Amino acid sequence: MTEPDPAEQLVHARGLTKRFGDFTAVDGIDVDVRRGEAFGFLGPNGAGKSSTMRMIACVSPVTDGTLRVLGRDPATDGAWIRGRLGVVPQEDSLDLELTVRENLLVYGRYFGLPKPLIRERAEELLDFVQLTDKRDAKVDALSGGMKRRLTIARSLINEPEVLLLDEPTTGLDPQARHVLWDRLFRLKQQGVTLILTTHYMDEAEQLCDRLVVMDKAHIVAEGSPAELIGQWSAREVVEVRFAPGDHEAMAGKVEDLGSRVEVLPDRLLLYTEDGDAAAAAVHERGLHPVGLLVRRSTLEDVFLRLTGRTLVD
Amino acid sequence: MLAAPHALRSYEYWLFQYKRTYKGSLVSTILFPVLFLASMGLGLGTLVDQSASGGVDGRSYLTFLAPGLLAATAMQTAVGESTYPVMGAIKWVKTYHAMLATPLGVLDVLVGHVLFIATRILISAGIFLAVMTLFGASESPLALFALVGALLTGLAFALPTIAFAAVTENDAGFAFLFRFVVTPLFLFGGVFYPVEQLPVVLEQVAYVTPLWHGVDLSRDLALGTATAAGTAGHVLYLSVWIVAGFAVAARNYRRRLAV
Ligand SMILES: Nc1ncnc2c1ncn2[C@@H]1O[C@H](COP(=O)(O)OP(=O)(O)OP(=O)(O)O)[C@@H](O)[C@H]1O
Ligand SMILES: [Mg+2]
Repeated sequence: MTEPDPAEQLVHARGLTKRFGDFTAVDGIDVDVRRGEAFGFLGPNGAGKSSTMRMIACVSPVTDGTLRVLGRDPATDGAWIRGRLGVVPQEDSLDLELTVRENLLVYGRYFGLPKPLIRERAEELLDFVQLTDKRDAKVDALSGGMKRRLTIARSLINEPEVLLLDEPTTGLDPQARHVLWDRLFRLKQQGVTLILTTHYMDEAEQLCDRLVVMDKAHIVAEGSPAELIGQWSAREVVEVRFAPGDHEAMAGKVEDLGSRVEVLPDRLLLYTEDGDAAAAAVHERGLHPVGLLVRRSTLEDVFLRLTGRTLVD
Repeated sequence: MLAAPHALRSYEYWLFQYKRTYKGSLVSTILFPVLFLASMGLGLGTLVDQSASGGVDGRSYLTFLAPGLLAATAMQTAVGESTYPVMGAIKWVKTYHAMLATPLGVLDVLVGHVLFIATRILISAGIFLAVMTLFGASESPLALFALVGALLTGLAFALPTIAFAAVTENDAGFAFLFRFVVTPLFLFGGVFYPVEQLPVVLEQVAYVTPLWHGVDLSRDLALGTATAAGTAGHVLYLSVWIVAGFAVAARNYRRRLAV
């Protein structure tokens, strides 16, 4: 791999650390995000994703290590950097008393943009996130998915080079998530660099060119979704269900059928290059599972392997 | 064209927000002086003016009372605007967080909000002065200077209150503030009678409070009895509260918002 051009390296972190008192929320992570890519932080609650995002967004001071965003130091050039970022925070910070459109107008003024320009962009952005028919509704009355879309529209008012999205789709129903993914995908095609955090591996697989898996303040793995699966999991997974309580005992009887077996409370996961063959072997041994499913390996499996935990329970 | 300084962008937000909602608060802003000046100034005032003392310091009770109430109004507006709105901008609506994701910094957020609170104080005080004039309680155009006194009084309360609101975890502290600070000051801070009427201990306490200085300053300015030394003393004392309050508020804002 060739050394990336520094001008194309929008985020550059070495030994990046965030401490709250004695507690270390981010412990010396190295991250590089290149222009135009979609980069993900995948991890469970409390992993340190938001703490990292807030440092990149130049709102939370770096405790230790080096951080450069758009080539500059947040400690000295925070305002300059923030002027070129779009931020979708984990918790909405929309003004519920104002209308959809007013939220955009007010926010654009924080960037010092002239009012006519903001008005023009607001109409375009409302169209982009499909909220034009809600433009004069109070934000209070919007659904969760609409609020998220409005927050994304708001974050684009300054035409940012980089968009930071902290759990953009958490709490949304599947349909609302797909609408959002579609919008994010379009932004990426327009050349906007996306940095996002998520609990959802399908989201990471759909959107991210590269991602890091974070756990307990550390980065535990890094790569494209395919690379991570290749490196940390087998090609296929056989999910085998037995009667509750039997899984521990059954694990020993099937473990030689794959490269690894994982015992979950409600099923066994058997990692193998050939799922159908392993499934057939389970039947041949007369083990009579209650259920059996062969599927492709996902990031969820990578995560389970790396942290011993499932991402979303 | 130069872009506005960042603090003015935050100020602009609060003005925008106020323009949408001011109608609701306007009624009470007008009603308060009308009720007080009518009941205390005219009602109670008649009794005071007919008594042996013949008013207060040789003036009608209404003219004595009105500038004091002006300062107290500034205090009340200031504390009201510096409590729930500040906590809301941090915890509920997260207005500050939205601002801080943009080029605005913590100090811009603070200064912009203080500018708005100053504006609110001037609006309430201005309305009060207008009502006062209608009641015939302002004797000369010099009364306009009392607005400056009211503004300083308000800010001397606003900044320490903001500093407190930025770190307090729930709004129970605000009820305490209104009940045990604002209301006693209103009653004992020299608004309704000269503090010399109080027992000596309370009188000495009154001299330490910013409200008494604000009341005395506003009264002297409104009645044209101000002396250079007295005015300077009051202004200096109120400024100490403002400057110290700002310093603590800035520190608390950083602790709360830049973590
Ligand atoms: N301001 C703070 N003060 C003290 N501790 C904090 C603060 N912010 C975060 N933490 C702690 O730091 C750790 C990491 O938090 P962070 O919000 O970065 O995690 P996360 O990966 O975003 O989690 P989630 O998926 O729940 O959003 C948590 O244990 C959290 O309690
Ligand atoms: Mg988070």
